Amino acid sequence: MSVLVFIELEEGKIKKSSREAISYAAALGETTAVALGNADAAELASAGANGAAKVLHVADDRLNAGLIQPYAEAVAAAATSTGSDIVVTAKSSLADAVVGRVAAKLGAGLVSNVTALPDTSNGFVVKRSIYTGKAFANVSITTDKKILAIKKNAIEIKEDGGDAAVEAFSVELAGDLFGANITATEKAEGDILLPEADIVVSGGRGLKGPENWAVIEDLASTLGAATGCSKPVSDMDWRPHHEHVGQTGVKVSPTLYVAVGISGAIQHLAGVNSSKYIVVINKDEEAPFFKAADYGIVGDAFDVLPKLNEALKQALA
Amino acid sequence: MNILVCITHVPDTTSRIAFTNDNTEFDKNGVQFIIGPYDDYALARAVELKEQNGGKITVLNVGEADSDPTIRKALAIGADEAIRVNAFPSDSFFVANQIAEVAKQGEYDLILMGRESIDFNGGMVHGMVGELLGLPSFSPVMQLEVEGGSAKLTREIEGGKEKLEVSLPFVAGCQEPIAEWKIPNMRGIMSARTKPLNVVEPADNTAHTSIAAYELPPAKGVVKMIDADNVQELVDLLKNDAKVI
Repeated sequence: MSVLVFIELEEGKIKKSSREAISYAAALGETTAVALGNADAAELASAGANGAAKVLHVADDRLNAGLIQPYAEAVAAAATSTGSDIVVTAKSSLADAVVGRVAAKLGAGLVSNVTALPDTSNGFVVKRSIYTGKAFANVSITTDKKILAIKKNAIEIKEDGGDAAVEAFSVELAGDLFGANITATEKAEGDILLPEADIVVSGGRGLKGPENWAVIEDLASTLGAATGCSKPVSDMDWRPHHEHVGQTGVKVSPTLYVAVGISGAIQHLAGVNSSKYIVVINKDEEAPFFKAADYGIVGDAFDVLPKLNEALKQALA
Repeated sequence: MNILVCITHVPDTTSRIAFTNDNTEFDKNGVQFIIGPYDDYALARAVELKEQNGGKITVLNVGEADSDPTIRKALAIGADEAIRVNAFPSDSFFVANQIAEVAKQGEYDLILMGRESIDFNGGMVHGMVGELLGLPSFSPVMQLEVEGGSAKLTREIEGGKEKLEVSLPFVAGCQEPIAEWKIPNMRGIMSARTKPLNVVEPADNTAHTSIAAYELPPAKGVVKMIDADNVQELVDLLKNDAKVI
């Protein structure tokens, strides 16, 4: 079985979630990856560590930004050219927008939020998360070609392979695919991407105002964590929208989620319920979040967080 | 301006999720159904765009008759007419195909929907519809301004956002803060009763996937409480028991 993986690049680096997708694909069969836009050959070759035999590189400068239509065209062309039965991608805000189009182009059955390898004992059945992590469905794909979008942090990254062969790959991309003109990009520099993070520290209304976020940021920095927030915090513009964790915001699945001053409305829990461990710090012992937590501390954030930060620094030193 | 808004009919965000019939069917017992929250943002923005530019809003749902109250609510919020494709929305491709077929029957300047449904969270339908119609598609869109034949939109990317200028028509998957949810007023509710809701049969029955079975995650263990004066205990547990730091 041959498998194609769509690699996403972030500031020239292969995203962690793409390495998860490659590791997943390599367990299915002979894996080729495709990377779009400017990229360093050594970085692309490192996809071999995760199990890619080959990386097709479309070094077209027009693809340096994540553009939905040309990306879909290029991924579909790579899938066709490699004769891939399966296309694998990480689930992400860009990949979602791209692979729906690829599925329609190829007539491929598409399953998103995949959490485990397929069961091929009777057809092709994959397990996926549904209802924002509150349940799972085992979905049978009935088409010859298949596309799987893998939930982040669901698959362990393999790192035992050698370098992949990097080959130039050219795709005819018509000018009308580039009708959308990106006029500005705003990006938090150097931060750990929230959807990809292994550890997330989130703050809620209990922090009383945006000027108090240093305690969250300090703890996040000690843990090497991304920062998140609850919906009210993002609605009040205390924090940017891309930090909003929950049902209608970013869904995270880190190994450790630390919630500070967040009561734990069911819509927030829906965004964090696939975390491996949850720590809740809240001064209200009745906060519903404690019921979803592994570890809980009843206490004032401004008292507990600095102490916890110091203790963590010593433990991690 | 002619806008098609596609809505899902989904369990309320506070629903307890359970399955029946040997884990092959969703248990609707006691579950309140709503307009998908992301679709609700798309609808709210459509109503604002109509207020600014004039035009017509058609709301579309692929679903069975139990969707009708949800569709009436969308009419009460401000859609002018509704179409329901009378079929169980079994698969993202099936739904996208129905939307594309309906869209071909009208001259729509904008096709809006939520970035994803909140039952299956796939987030794939807008792209499929765009491809099937040969139109650009954008998602997740958090701002949308229309000026004549072009639009300025803001798309969320991981860790930030990007601004785009595009020509109409296109397909957009929407999310907050594109607009505030609108609550129907009494006049809207009254007028919704007489607005047209046309039921059509599906154009094509092709689906690419089917659900073999559902399952629920294992139950969460009991929380271990730690004294606020003993944060060291938490550090030790994270390091030695959970092994996450």
